[in-house]
Amino acid sequence: MGVKRVEVVDVPEPRILNSQDVIIRVTSTAICGSDLHLYNGYVPTMEKGDILGHEFMGEVVVRGSGVKKVKVGDRVVVPFPIACGVCNSCQHQLYSLCENTNPNAWIAEKLWGHSPAGLFGYSHMLGGYAGGQAEFVRVPFADVGPIKVPDDLPDEKVLFLSDILPTGWMGAEMCNIKPGDIIAVWGAGPVGLLAMQSALLMGAERVIAIDRFPYRLRKAREHMGLECINYGETDVREALDVMTGGRGPDACIDAVGMEAHFPAPLGLYDKAKQAVRLETDRPSALRQAIMACRNGGIVSVIGVYGGLIDKFPMGSVMNRSLTIRSGQTHVHRYLKPLLDRIRKGELDPSFVISHRMRLDQAPEAFDLFLNKQDDCVKVVLSPNGRAAA
Amino acid sequence: MTNTIANETKRQEPYRREVASGVGTGRGLARALGYFSMGLGAAELVAPRAMAKLIGIPYRRPHAGLLRAFGLREMGSGVSILARPGAGPVGSRVAGDVLDAAVLVAALGRRATRKKRALVALGAVLGVAALDVYVTQRLRRSRSAANGQQRFQVRKAITINRPREEVYRFWRNFQNLPQFMRHLLSVEILDDKRSRWMARAPAGQKVEWTAELIEDVPNYRIAWRSIQDSDVEHAGSVAFRPAPGNRGTEIVVDLSYAPPAGSMGRVIASLFGEEPAQQIDADLRVLKQVLETGEVVQSDSSIHHGLHPARPSSSSKQLAGHSDGSAGSSGQPGAEKVG
Repeated sequence: MGVKRVEVVDVPEPRILNSQDVIIRVTSTAICGSDLHLYNGYVPTMEKGDILGHEFMGEVVVRGSGVKKVKVGDRVVVPFPIACGVCNSCQHQLYSLCENTNPNAWIAEKLWGHSPAGLFGYSHMLGGYAGGQAEFVRVPFADVGPIKVPDDLPDEKVLFLSDILPTGWMGAEMCNIKPGDIIAVWGAGPVGLLAMQSALLMGAERVIAIDRFPYRLRKAREHMGLECINYGETDVREALDVMTGGRGPDACIDAVGMEAHFPAPLGLYDKAKQAVRLETDRPSALRQAIMACRNGGIVSVIGVYGGLIDKFPMGSVMNRSLTIRSGQTHVHRYLKPLLDRIRKGELDPSFVISHRMRLDQAPEAFDLFLNKQDDCVKVVLSPNGRAAA
Repeated sequence: MTNTIANETKRQEPYRREVASGVGTGRGLARALGYFSMGLGAAELVAPRAMAKLIGIPYRRPHAGLLRAFGLREMGSGVSILARPGAGPVGSRVAGDVLDAAVLVAALGRRATRKKRALVALGAVLGVAALDVYVTQRLRRSRSAANGQQRFQVRKAITINRPREEVYRFWRNFQNLPQFMRHLLSVEILDDKRSRWMARAPAGQKVEWTAELIEDVPNYRIAWRSIQDSDVEHAGSVAFRPAPGNRGTEIVVDLSYAPPAGSMGRVIASLFGEEPAQQIDADLRVLKQVLETGEVVQSDSSIHHGLHPARPSSSSKQLAGHSDGSAGSSGQPGAEKVG
């Protein structure tokens, strides 16, 4: 309950606050890489005592009077952005930009100009909603967000519909992949791995994984047969040039975000500036993705950024006709098509899971995940003590 | 109609918090004096010899060092005036003028001084001193006039994804306003034109006024203002126009409050806290939520006044004002619970 401190404490059970709410008893929840940005204190407007967690699923136990479709007893997965379904943004399927779900929109407006949607467990600037790393969660607009999942699919196969699977998918979708395209993905964490798998499913000719942890790259190589670059050992630009005949990848996906690591001196420069808050984000993966991308290519940014970055190579973007696409995932859009693929066996995102723990082990889990101990890729927590299966 | 509104939007700032007496507070003159100080000080610092020649005094001790020191002093008061053009910093110039005059008078008694130039310089110093005194007094006066008596003028716009007729109808029924205007407790309709408004003020106080409808062009514009015997001088208007691309209705809201002098004035001034524009912005967001989703959207922290962690709470007493007046939900909406 401070920087790098999470605790498990008893809180009152959530109540219905709006007529379109449901309360969910959580069966599985996960720690997201973006939770680490909160954990490390790089996202402003966190308060001591906030409940984290935006990847969760469970059983509906209480239903508000205005809820029509979802029923008590339904087993549902909940998208991390909260969307009303009726505003202009929602009607254009831009669910993470819902205009009605951030009660603290004014804070986001000060930092970003306009406000996006409220998110579960992701700072007060994004709504001050209690998150899903809990036994019970209140879920607003229950007929818009949660998707009912069939009983024959275990939690592990469908839990990631809440965030990382659609996020990886959207990251690949934004690349407009055409036959013959080579896609490079910075970050072989859970989102990066799922973006790689999505890019393959969308017909990419080759997908290249870039990370500094051998065990994560091994996952990309062994599970998907991908080419890998360890940026701790290899010059990424040189390697990519050789792999792509000097053109550069057709599209680059930044699945790292604001806490990238980079060799000195530029890496140290960003770390120092971020430490004294002259720069809120360390954008070294993004810079490299821009410089590496082929002329006229696409840079797809799904790693989370919070505020300002430095030394942004705008000249490279402008003079080489690059397109930058980005956004918090419009999860709702992808729920049904991705669930269908999971049912058909075309996709099984559970391969990213490395650790299954109990909810009360959350402090230990955060530490494992942050420090990449014990080959940690993805932690799934289950509140009821049963290993999520 | 729509064009007029668009032009107004460009011309006016979105939010002003201005002193009641408005124009002629002496701040413009104070700024001019600030720039004058900067210029004079820089000349004295950089070219003391030329300056000495200009005012007819010999360029030798003690005047050489003195001129540079006075230059520094001038620049100091210039900076402080430009940073805050108030009575204090301008008043400090008067003291400087006295010093300048004293030095010139002393120099007049010396043989090496060129008397004519020094007299002209003395005249200039006295002239500027008179201006300094005048501006200082004027700034003092306008500050006391404005004490606790500020006029708030806020202009805000929002797009609501509902038909113009519906948004107009909702607003036209002034009794709906407290549903989204946080500071309003109630609006009672007296007759076709008049309504009685009651607003929440700090420390459990309330203020009331009677508003009359002064303009009502259905689906275009509504305007109202308080009648004379009210606690508050309040005026407001709202314009409705279709949002291009079938995006519903754009509304532009103008509100102003000008409280009378005295303690009641301060109560009114605090209605909106430090950030009236932010408050109105939040109110319009709530209006949008009510019209689009049917109720005020709450998070686990937003139901509380002030800061509260994002976690459920057992107490229902702290529910904030917005949740009790919302359309379709009052406090705890009905819930069906099993398991």
